[in-house]
Amino acid sequence: MEREFFLLLSGVATVSALLVIVARNPVHSALALVACLVQIAALYVLLGAPFLAVIQIFVYVGAVMVLFLFVIMMLDVRKESQRRYLKHALLPGVVVLVILSGELIVLLTQSTKLHAAMGPGQTITTQPSVEALSLLLFQDFLLPFEVASVILLVALIGAVVLARSEADVTPVRSRKDHGEVRR
Amino acid sequence: MIPTAWYLILAATLFVIGGAGVLLRRNVLIVLMSLELMLNSVTINLLAFGHVLQDLRGQIIAIFVIAITAAEVAVALGILVALLRNKNTLEVDELTVLKG
Repeated sequence: MEREFFLLLSGVATVSALLVIVARNPVHSALALVACLVQIAALYVLLGAPFLAVIQIFVYVGAVMVLFLFVIMMLDVRKESQRRYLKHALLPGVVVLVILSGELIVLLTQSTKLHAAMGPGQTITTQPSVEALSLLLFQDFLLPFEVASVILLVALIGAVVLARSEADVTPVRSRKDHGEVRR
Repeated sequence: MIPTAWYLILAATLFVIGGAGVLLRRNVLIVLMSLELMLNSVTINLLAFGHVLQDLRGQIIAIFVIAITAAEVAVALGILVALLRNKNTLEVDELTVLKG
């Protein structure tokens, strides 16, 4: 039963990932990516990580993709949707991709260490709980957790500073200058 | 029980698809979306190995990957909006400000 679920979810994920690449309209790409991310979240449940599945839905589908859709709405995308692919980079890009996929296939099929680590896929009886996850996160990984919060704060401030327009920054000073001149 | 190799093959497929988006597409927004796809495929690998080896550290690193991705997307879209204000194009081969 699990295998059928895996095949269904991974098939839909692959097809929607291809749709992200092929779609003309960026809105269609974003919606296909949402579908793909939801499938991947379901795969996380199969992998015994339900907490990660919920986080995936919250953060990726809820926050990241909504941010993408807001930016797409803000920008005028009709003009750019005429030509999809880079003209000059097509040949080198395809060559790089063929080399990359060949490398991955060789690695997955030939590496003996990988096969030893993977094994035949034994049945796992004890499901790791969210409690164990949180204990590990807040005991052994407390410093990385705090550093991640600092990184998020820096990114928040950086995004606000970057997205603020020049018109918001400079007129304050010039308005003040004008006022002083008038006085 | 699902063989771990299936997860690795799926992750490799999604990684190559995301790489194709990064290398071939013209639109900056879709390049960023393909980057998200590549990061997700790496997360699948982390969780698959964590599941097989019964090690929760895979999930911990996946949580950090997701947190850093959220920060990265916020900064990237901020840069994109600032860039579009100066140069009215979304095409990657016309954004050559740093090259001169």
